[in-house]
Amino acid sequence: MKKLIKNGTVYYKGAFVKKDILIIKDKISEIKDKITEPADEVIDTKGKYVFPGFVDIHCHLRDPGQTYKEDIITGTKTAAKGGYTTVCAMPNTEPVVDNIATVEYIQRRAKDLGFCKVKVIGAITKQIDGKEISEMASMQEGGIVAVSDDGHCVQNGKLMVNCMKYAANFKIPVIIHAEDYNLAGKGQIHSGKIATQLGLSSIPSIAEEVIIARDIMLAESTKCRLHVAHVSSAKALELIKQAKDKGLPVTCEVTPHHLLLNEEACVHFDTNTKCKPPLREEKDRLALLEALKSGLIDCIATDHAPHADYEKELEFDKAPFGINGFEAAFASLYTHLVAKGHLTLERLLESMTAAPAKLLGMKAGVLENGSPADITIADLKGKIILTGETMLSKAKNTPWLGKPLQGKIVLTICDGRITYKA
Amino acid sequence: MSQNFNFINRSVFDLDDYSPDEIMYILEAAKGMKEINLREYKKIPTLRGKTVCTLFIENSTRTRMSFELAASRLSADVVSFQESTSALSKGESLQDTVYTLNAMGIDLYVIRHSSPGSPQLVNKYSGKPVINGGDGRHAHPTQALLDIFSIWERIGSIKGLKITIVGDILNSRVVRSNLIGMKKLGASVTVCGPRTLMPGQMEEVYGCRVEYDLKTALKDADCVMGLRMQLERQTEGLFPSLEEYTKHYVLSKDTIKWAKKDALIMHPGPMNRGVEILPEIADSTQSIIIEQVANGVAVRMALLFLILGGKA
Repeated sequence: MKKLIKNGTVYYKGAFVKKDILIIKDKISEIKDKITEPADEVIDTKGKYVFPGFVDIHCHLRDPGQTYKEDIITGTKTAAKGGYTTVCAMPNTEPVVDNIATVEYIQRRAKDLGFCKVKVIGAITKQIDGKEISEMASMQEGGIVAVSDDGHCVQNGKLMVNCMKYAANFKIPVIIHAEDYNLAGKGQIHSGKIATQLGLSSIPSIAEEVIIARDIMLAESTKCRLHVAHVSSAKALELIKQAKDKGLPVTCEVTPHHLLLNEEACVHFDTNTKCKPPLREEKDRLALLEALKSGLIDCIATDHAPHADYEKELEFDKAPFGINGFEAAFASLYTHLVAKGHLTLERLLESMTAAPAKLLGMKAGVLENGSPADITIADLKGKIILTGETMLSKAKNTPWLGKPLQGKIVLTICDGRITYKA
Repeated sequence: MSQNFNFINRSVFDLDDYSPDEIMYILEAAKGMKEINLREYKKIPTLRGKTVCTLFIENSTRTRMSFELAASRLSADVVSFQESTSALSKGESLQDTVYTLNAMGIDLYVIRHSSPGSPQLVNKYSGKPVINGGDGRHAHPTQALLDIFSIWERIGSIKGLKITIVGDILNSRVVRSNLIGMKKLGASVTVCGPRTLMPGQMEEVYGCRVEYDLKTALKDADCVMGLRMQLERQTEGLFPSLEEYTKHYVLSKDTIKWAKKDALIMHPGPMNRGVEILPEIADSTQSIIIEQVANGVAVRMALLFLILGGKA
């Protein structure tokens, strides 16, 4: 089975060039100025852009156990619509991914029924309840790419030292959701002027920063590879910069919503803006954008966190935290950053493809001869509007609902198979 | 005031939705209502056939009674839904509760709820006007209106007044709504309390003055409002003891001297006598605390009348 992608503008070796791409089975066989070889299927991409398939190292597929929110089929279908060909699923499912059996369940189901590749992230602690180290080494044999208690945070410093020592022993990256529970309390949104105005309990930035500071120090002493998930504050970036300047094995990611929105988005009690860490101040958002440009932030990750409509249709302080990410990610970033000149398309693509893949040692995110045929084709002038009807995710909890966005994914190919077509 | 404002079917989430002229119009209307409350037969037929639901997901007997009296005096039918006797404690969502009540033909909801923003939700689910009877720490617009009415009735104007509010600012919805309303009408407001009970960026959000020292805060004040200090804040680690709080922030004969002579003394109730205010002040001739309660009924009557389109 041969597919030929013709006449597109291809993001190839860090530049946009006119190339044709020949796919044989699940691999890219050739990338050249002009390919005339006959193919079973010719895809004309005139006027379109051809990117490496997007890679998301942070998402929640909610399967097993919370399939009323999302499942592996709808989750990966949604990911494919967003241009993703590889996603990493967080372990806070029911049961928690703290054992090899659950790892294998997810992998098998994704392989049999999925619309993109799913890599599994195991739990740091059993039941993600911060009490005992999980069987990370066994899960590593089963194929996990990292460990994380995402959504939760190991509060006990002594246990965290041991988790990181143990992870370092097997060279497993540790991804942290940095949140000091006492400082965060029952907070609903960022401790800033909107929290003051709305009278909502709030989560100060220091709740995130003290844990990042602690875990950077632990990374230094344990030599553990540390990745900070969804960094949200300017101060947190300072801490990560110090760590990187020192040469410590520390990286971080940012979500599209933290790059695009600030606390003001919560002012009308829209529960689709409620997330952890909370949307912070404009100065934090600007610092995140600068850090993404400079490379201090390594990559973009969606933290795709679907919640059923009826869970979000509640009083603000009763609704769960989380934002639906896959479908709006590229278009929202393209519309509000690239099209407005705040970020180059090259940097956006790097941080959604090669950078996250490299970070967790995955063979993905680059178009080259012999690489997996993971390709995303976009119409940068194409418009989308996400609505309850058009979204593929089971959940509709995105702040971009009903808002016109530009930068439409028109075709996604994963391992040589078309997984989404607009 | 002869301007025609349209209040029909408008919700009252907070005072920021209302212009200064609209607020004054409500106060004028309340003045008329107050007169009805002084009659022997305290009832007019204007809202006959309308149904008001007091939806109290958080307990508050006095506010609920005030609203229910207001509605009754305008001849509206009143039904009351309270959490303790309701389905919400059985796990029904607010959305389902509102759908259920709405099916019974409610014309206006008054809601009291611990969650900020819940009045907006009730409005969204019901399509009916909603009066916010207090949503968490967010807003309590009818309390602010009655406070402003009480000052206005006594002094004649709000513009240029110096108003000082003392106490647990962090947990007070009364302060937030009052700041919006009082600023709109041209008062300069100072809030005072310990730093642990003061939300961040108050100056920026409300354009008020923030003081941590009572003496400085009370200087030249025309009105002084005390707020209820709750013992549970002590267990939350926000201050060490009521005794220590009282030492620094109580409104007493001695401390009220720092304000203007004859400054009005106010309190939204319920009072903790001996904690934030001493009886010598609460019961003094300067105090208008009991008037505030009476005015509450009048202000709520005015709102119900204006929103439900009562005929004068």
